[in-house]
Amino acid sequence: MKGLTLDTKSIVRSKNMFALGMVYWMYNRDMNYTLDFFAKKFKYNPEIAESNARVLKAGFYYAETLELIPVAYKVAPSKMPKGTYRILNGNTATAWGFLAAAEKSGLELFLGSYPITPATDILHELVKHKHFGVKAFQAEDEIAGITSAIGAAFAGDLAITTTSGPGLALKSEGINLALMVELPLVIVDVQRGGPSTGLPTKTEQSDLLQALFGRNGESPVIVIAASTPANCFDYAYEAARLAVEFMTPVILLTDGYIANGSEPWKVKSINDMPPIHVKKLDKSRESWHPYDRDIQTLARNWVIPGTKGFEHRIGGLEKDKITGNVSYNPENHEHMTHIRAEKVKGVENFIPELTADYAAEGDLLVVGWGGTFGSLHSAVKQMHNEGFKVGHAHFNYINPMPKNTQEVFSKFKKVLVCEINLGQLSFVLKSKYQGIEFHQYNKIQGLPFSVSDLVNQFKNILNA
Amino acid sequence: MEDTLIEKLTFKDFQSDQEVRWCPGCDDYVILRSMLKALPEMDVKKEDIVFISGIGCSSRFPYYVDCYGMHGIHGRAAAIASGVKLANNNLSVWMITGDGDSLAIGGNHFIHLLRRNIDMNIILFNNEIYGLTKGQFSPTSVIGQKTKSSPYGNTQPPFQPGELAIGAQARFFARIGGNTPKEMTQLFIDAQKFKGTSLIEVLQNCVIFNDGCFTSITDKDVKEEQQIFLEHGKPMIFGKERNKGLVLKGLKLEIVTIGENGVTENDLLVHDAKCEDPTLHQMLVRMSHPVAVGIIRAFEDVTLEERELELTREVSKKSKFTKVDELFFSGDTYEVK
Repeated sequence: MKGLTLDTKSIVRSKNMFALGMVYWMYNRDMNYTLDFFAKKFKYNPEIAESNARVLKAGFYYAETLELIPVAYKVAPSKMPKGTYRILNGNTATAWGFLAAAEKSGLELFLGSYPITPATDILHELVKHKHFGVKAFQAEDEIAGITSAIGAAFAGDLAITTTSGPGLALKSEGINLALMVELPLVIVDVQRGGPSTGLPTKTEQSDLLQALFGRNGESPVIVIAASTPANCFDYAYEAARLAVEFMTPVILLTDGYIANGSEPWKVKSINDMPPIHVKKLDKSRESWHPYDRDIQTLARNWVIPGTKGFEHRIGGLEKDKITGNVSYNPENHEHMTHIRAEKVKGVENFIPELTADYAAEGDLLVVGWGGTFGSLHSAVKQMHNEGFKVGHAHFNYINPMPKNTQEVFSKFKKVLVCEINLGQLSFVLKSKYQGIEFHQYNKIQGLPFSVSDLVNQFKNILNA
Repeated sequence: MEDTLIEKLTFKDFQSDQEVRWCPGCDDYVILRSMLKALPEMDVKKEDIVFISGIGCSSRFPYYVDCYGMHGIHGRAAAIASGVKLANNNLSVWMITGDGDSLAIGGNHFIHLLRRNIDMNIILFNNEIYGLTKGQFSPTSVIGQKTKSSPYGNTQPPFQPGELAIGAQARFFARIGGNTPKEMTQLFIDAQKFKGTSLIEVLQNCVIFNDGCFTSITDKDVKEEQQIFLEHGKPMIFGKERNKGLVLKGLKLEIVTIGENGVTENDLLVHDAKCEDPTLHQMLVRMSHPVAVGIIRAFEDVTLEERELELTREVSKKSKFTKVDELFFSGDTYEVK
């Protein structure tokens, strides 16, 4: 560090760059990316940039000179479709998906949120974008987070609320209000280790049953899950689309692993995104009622305050099927309960089918959902390369499930459901699909799956 | 083009087609009628008025007014209403709530709404009891009050709603007896005009579960002696003969009689509702004899929406982005060829 005026503490801080320099040598890669990063990051502190650069290079040359590391790998740039890319983490991708959905639908974005790990970064990202008309409201608690969003949805905004496990529990009464008044609302749950405070900084998939069933009464909501950091963008967008088009709450599940994990994202223009049809008013006051429904989607009208002549009241009490007035009529309650369930079930006609990768039929189908996609996909790929007849089916749509699910399952001798919980998707699948030999692989250590463990499991199941 | 003229409407135009289902003799009818009278006088378009409620007897209110409305969930009206107003600043938002709804289950939202000062109006129906659940003590029930959940007498000290509200930085607080529709109507109009969160506490008699709880204050025979109707800029006078008044002695309010011991009207306190310092307002709110009614505090301050709007303007001016694509394709991107 000759010629630099840095104190010992600052110099010692750059020692990790020595290791990175060795890694650069090991994989035979160009160091410019990191050198540029130093120049940018420490623009106002060129000495720190310089000390880091020197240590990085020292590590590289050390490894090169001594050849201490027996094997050097050459990793060619991965084959990716042409285009513009950027590195994106799951929480930022989620936030950007909502920005895109707001612009595409022509609605203003409202976020009601209360800080909670690991979901808070979505709030951090969205508060930056006031110039897009984003209204990000840090509320006094989780309940105010969701109920302020319901108010905003009533007033005509694209309303979302973001949270993690314990926060989802607090929001359950609010979710039911949105379901009952049939307003669009997206609830993002970035899952973490539970129950209670659990493992706030670790990943888990244990909120699935809470998302599906954790509310009073018959309470069907759409539940979807992102499966990679980058596709958090697509599923946030999709959650917003479904909420608006079906006038109902949608729960989007991500998890700590993909929320904080990053990957290259092939940048999407909002021109590439599917349209979002806002349920506009197309009737005169005389022939209009608050709970009139679209024949195809069963969604009711969204008529916002400020619209002259359409003043109406909604609320959490059971509604008359047409007028929306309070109704205690027994047949009406049964009818409305069915309608709310059918509306969510009917979403299956508007979502993609389930696919099995690597094999459409064979000995074993590996089934997962959400953030385990990466490790499951790699493990199945390895099995495939070794000549096993193993397929991988991954759920992004959990309620409702793709219509062809039974058909995909039935093409395999065994189905192995892998989850970072004690078997929550398994529980659902076993009750829904008959005649399938279901097996489970569950890990619940706050950690993602490791590919080698998965491959061993697959082989054990195949040999059993 | 948007019609900017406000149609002159009447009481009937604001009546909904729903049958009103409160117990006969309930003060809630008085509040509803006062509101239906006040609404046409507010210079606000009917379609821009939104009523948001929580749960309780009072919270059925939105169904009875032909404006936009939402009957929410217990305690959350403040948060729902905040969302409505933050989403569309153009709306006139009214929150309808009770002592259980806002001071117990919804206490958190209530204090934070007041702190933020969002431009909307709250009507707090205080009957010192849970009515809809058939008679349990509430956070405003007095010590010793016998209810279904306190058969031997309530042991929990009550909140004074005004004291709590002003402690939470309420800029506007008014109180009125549930049997004074004329004054109530005017207060609703004043609350609408006030920029910021306006809170009106109505001392509302529950004929079934807490009948007569305010009789000693609100009965026609005792009203003038037991209440002091405060008006900004006017001396604090009350009493049947209009000869009693309030003075400050040390750190206490004291009742004096004009004409006795050389006291004249000039010695009395003059009500300053618009004063930023809430010290005297707090003393007035806590006073049990006479009970202060009318607008006790009306300090105009910057609202949350104004702060947000200003910030949005500033950020937008400096931002490079007007479309999300510009953000997505900005900064550290790279090409795969």
